[in-house]
Amino acid sequence: MQDNIKSSSYKELEQKSKYTNMFLRWFLYFVLILFASYFIFPLYVMVVTSLKTMEEIRQGTLLTWPSSLNFDSWLVAWGGRGYGAGDTFLRPYFWNSIKMVVPAVFFSTFIGAMTGYVLTKWRFKGDQWVFLFLLFGCFIPFQAILLPMARTLGTLGISNSVVGLVLVHTVYGIPFTTLFFRNYYISVPTELVKAARIDGAGFFKIFFKILLPISAPIIVVTVIWQFTQIWNDFLFGSTFSFGEAAPIQVALNNMVLSSTSVKEYNVDMASAIIAGIPTLIVYVLAGKYFIRGLTSGAVKG
Amino acid sequence: MFKWLEKNLPKIVMAPAVGLIGWFVYGFVLWTLYISFTNSKILPKYELWGVGQYVKLWASRKWLISVDNLLVFTALFLIFCIVIGIILAIFLDQKIRAEGVLRTIYLYPMALSFIVTGTAWKWILNPTLGLQKMFIDWGFENFTFDWLVNREMAIYTIVIAGVWQSAGFVMALFLAGLRSVEDEIVKAAKIDGAGLFTVYWKILLPMMRPVFFTSFVILVHISIKSYDLIVALTQGGPGISTTMPALFMTQAAFHKSQVGLSAASAMMMFMAVAAVIIPYLYSELRRENAR
Repeated sequence: MQDNIKSSSYKELEQKSKYTNMFLRWFLYFVLILFASYFIFPLYVMVVTSLKTMEEIRQGTLLTWPSSLNFDSWLVAWGGRGYGAGDTFLRPYFWNSIKMVVPAVFFSTFIGAMTGYVLTKWRFKGDQWVFLFLLFGCFIPFQAILLPMARTLGTLGISNSVVGLVLVHTVYGIPFTTLFFRNYYISVPTELVKAARIDGAGFFKIFFKILLPISAPIIVVTVIWQFTQIWNDFLFGSTFSFGEAAPIQVALNNMVLSSTSVKEYNVDMASAIIAGIPTLIVYVLAGKYFIRGLTSGAVKG
Repeated sequence: MFKWLEKNLPKIVMAPAVGLIGWFVYGFVLWTLYISFTNSKILPKYELWGVGQYVKLWASRKWLISVDNLLVFTALFLIFCIVIGIILAIFLDQKIRAEGVLRTIYLYPMALSFIVTGTAWKWILNPTLGLQKMFIDWGFENFTFDWLVNREMAIYTIVIAGVWQSAGFVMALFLAGLRSVEDEIVKAAKIDGAGLFTVYWKILLPMMRPVFFTSFVILVHISIKSYDLIVALTQGGPGISTTMPALFMTQAAFHKSQVGLSAASAMMMFMAVAAVIIPYLYSELRRENAR
């Protein structure tokens, strides 16, 4: 069907005189490439700036190609200069983020799978209201929960810790993971489940033997979505943690804003790339699933 | 006992999710609502104080600037994202070579955090070594581009970076929408003699109403919550010229010990989001039930 649309509009173009046709084509490509350069420009600038020395940065322009591949600023951004106090670098915060992301993604995905399963295959009276009840959590502006959350983490004794952030991200991920799994399982024929129940299979057996084996695509979508959201989070990270427990986005922001004597743009750009690389890799490797998650859950923003 | 357990197992499995959301979402929002009616300063106080915080909020110059900025940002962010998104989607839909590559390029900013985006654009837009210097070095000696440090213009730098991040997403939504249209509709229009432009303008775009609606809701939602991008790009400055409600809220709560006032500002944001989301959810549910 898709191809038909394309070929019919293409045919239409062909019907016009060859001259107009060629002009239109060139115009089309011109506009598309113009926008492509707007989108690629910052990434290009980040990469070349990170490879230059400060001397080169002052002499050349944003676009100037570096004279040599100089990875010094990457090393400084990752591991620091080794002079102790005041030497901020990303390595420990990168690991903080990993320690935060892995359990938070696991728990929120697992809970979402379970609730999605119940809401579609073990329906009970009022289950639609329960779904709405959970779904609403996708939309709340987190500012409305920051104050009580900060107090709760304090009471639990896990403020300013990775554990606290795992809890926060797990809880506020549940609405999204539930939405994903519910929408996926609703298209799985309920007859399958009914037949298994008649055969005497129980709640968990049906989940692990029937639904889980066909859940790979939605698990990938959910894990990518949660990973990207949690890795890129700044609001929770900056509100509920500081100092050594901070995740990478907070550390990046602190590094860039800390006004030491001279601004080192090359180190700033290397740091920004390091903080962005994990999600970029996921996007490049699994773009299809990334987009599917975006279009069904992007309300979070 | 065992029978009961087995019968209620689904509900027991649901309980943690419902409990967590009930407490951490609904409970917390109600708590914030309550606190917004008290005179809490550094610590929450629980005796009611009426609507004083809301009166204070709407008398605050900083809050008014925040709201003003939010309106300007939202309007421009929406217009640019949707226009660019539609143009890219329609153009990509014309049997373009290397469509996959172009699509990947348009959408990759969505994978980056707002902090990374802000850091990159802050460097590009800085007047000493960034774009301005590039143009001067190219021979445009009088070229000035100091929006980042200009009170009047700084808000537009946030628009530039925000559009850069989100326009590709609108493109993806519209491209998916265009490709789900039945071929027969387009064919019938062509038999009637409609040109390519007419087909899009008169037939396909009007059919994209749900996509417009979805994009609108998502973009407004992103813009009301904008926080990270401003922190990374301008920190609300120069002065307070680019402050926004989300920034106002965290500053009042965690830097200025105005817990009651910040709760009031959070509730204003909550209501703004609700005003957009509730009609959206309502229409989505109706659509689902109609199916």
